[in-house]
Amino acid sequence: MTSIPVIETKDLSKSYGHVEAVRSLNFSVKPHQITAFLGLNGAGKSTTIRMLLGMIRPNSGHGFVLGHRIDDAHESVSLRRKVAYVSENKQLYDYMTVEQIIRFTRPFYPDWSRAREQVLLGAYELPPNRRIRSLSKGMRTKLALLLALARKPELLILDEPSEGLDPIGIELMLTSLVEQNSEGTTVFFSSHQIPEVERVADHICLLHRGSLVLDASLDDIRQSYRQIDLVFPSPPDESDIRLAGVESIRASGRQMSVLVSRNAEMLIERAHALHASSVEVSPIGLREIFLQTVKGC
Amino acid sequence: MTSTIILLYVYTSTVIPMLFKLNQSAGQPLYLQLMQQIRHAVESGALQHGDQLPGIRTLAEELVISPTTVAKAYSELEHDGLLELRQGSGAFISVKRRAQGEMQRVHQAGRQVRRLINELRESGIQENEIRRIFEAELLYPAEVLSKR
Repeated sequence: MTSIPVIETKDLSKSYGHVEAVRSLNFSVKPHQITAFLGLNGAGKSTTIRMLLGMIRPNSGHGFVLGHRIDDAHESVSLRRKVAYVSENKQLYDYMTVEQIIRFTRPFYPDWSRAREQVLLGAYELPPNRRIRSLSKGMRTKLALLLALARKPELLILDEPSEGLDPIGIELMLTSLVEQNSEGTTVFFSSHQIPEVERVADHICLLHRGSLVLDASLDDIRQSYRQIDLVFPSPPDESDIRLAGVESIRASGRQMSVLVSRNAEMLIERAHALHASSVEVSPIGLREIFLQTVKGC
Repeated sequence: MTSTIILLYVYTSTVIPMLFKLNQSAGQPLYLQLMQQIRHAVESGALQHGDQLPGIRTLAEELVISPTTVAKAYSELEHDGLLELRQGSGAFISVKRRAQGEMQRVHQAGRQVRRLINELRESGIQENEIRRIFEAELLYPAEVLSKR
């Protein structure tokens, strides 16, 4: 198994007029993993994805996808052959039927799997003769997914894939991602839906206002991120508590609630040294980390 | 707190319905939760020597979790000698004599915990308070405990 990153960016930036959509972004995606690209609406997720695919050009910085430069028009062609992309708005030819667009798309990709196509057509309950124009939002998403998955790509990039899907549709989509990943495809998907990210992702990249604010594996998050609730007879100065690994502190009267990303043991020792009358450690979910990180920025 | 309960059927002659309960907010990586549950199934006798577990891919799809998570749990269990991974044919439970010694230690630990809980109950401490104390103590990092 190679460990050369499938996606890598160096100081990638993009502005629209005075608005800095992506600021000096440095991140990488490991092969064969499922990486979630989290962030609020407007955080810069779609802009980043569109830069990675060579659809828009960065103002500065570099990026590589499967070893290809993202800002080189020639490399962009071979890159798009290896990468399947499901866009946010799932734009498809409206006048075609489901069957027609599948037949139209198929010859572009030598690795296209007819078997996979048929399995997904059945699983997603897509009506072959229906025109795309008259499909519901959820069905369009499923069709876009089918067109991406039947290609058996090296890398699958999805922009908000669960948008417009009902709970069963989300379950089907997640199962498809897992299936695809177990065949060796690296998966990179953007989302603001914590529960789905929490279930399938190996790694999280959290984008806020165009900057990367969290880059961690979910195993590390579950293992090392803790909320430590402290009670002090007389509250100490926040600077006494702000050790390495402390991400945020909320104080209220004699109580203090601290979010740490590592070094929980050091903080506990410090709390005892500061005569804390109660020290409680609890795990912290991705939702709280997401909210506190985004609020603290 | 969200947890997923999925009934899993193992598709072999030794068909064993296996119940996995993954808790997304337990403060513990999912691969460790899987490992513990498989280990517990062996300790309780639900899984026995030679029983087959589903392949990495099948289990990942059933539980809708990353295949990397299942692969990590399986390979750690293999390293511990509790699982034997055979190329192409899946994962088999392997209970060696050393592992049986381990099982006895776990049974012993179970008895100790039961005694302690009984004592605490008799001293009038509420059950939910006992649970809270246990959970809080387990989350206490080991480094601090050894210095206490």
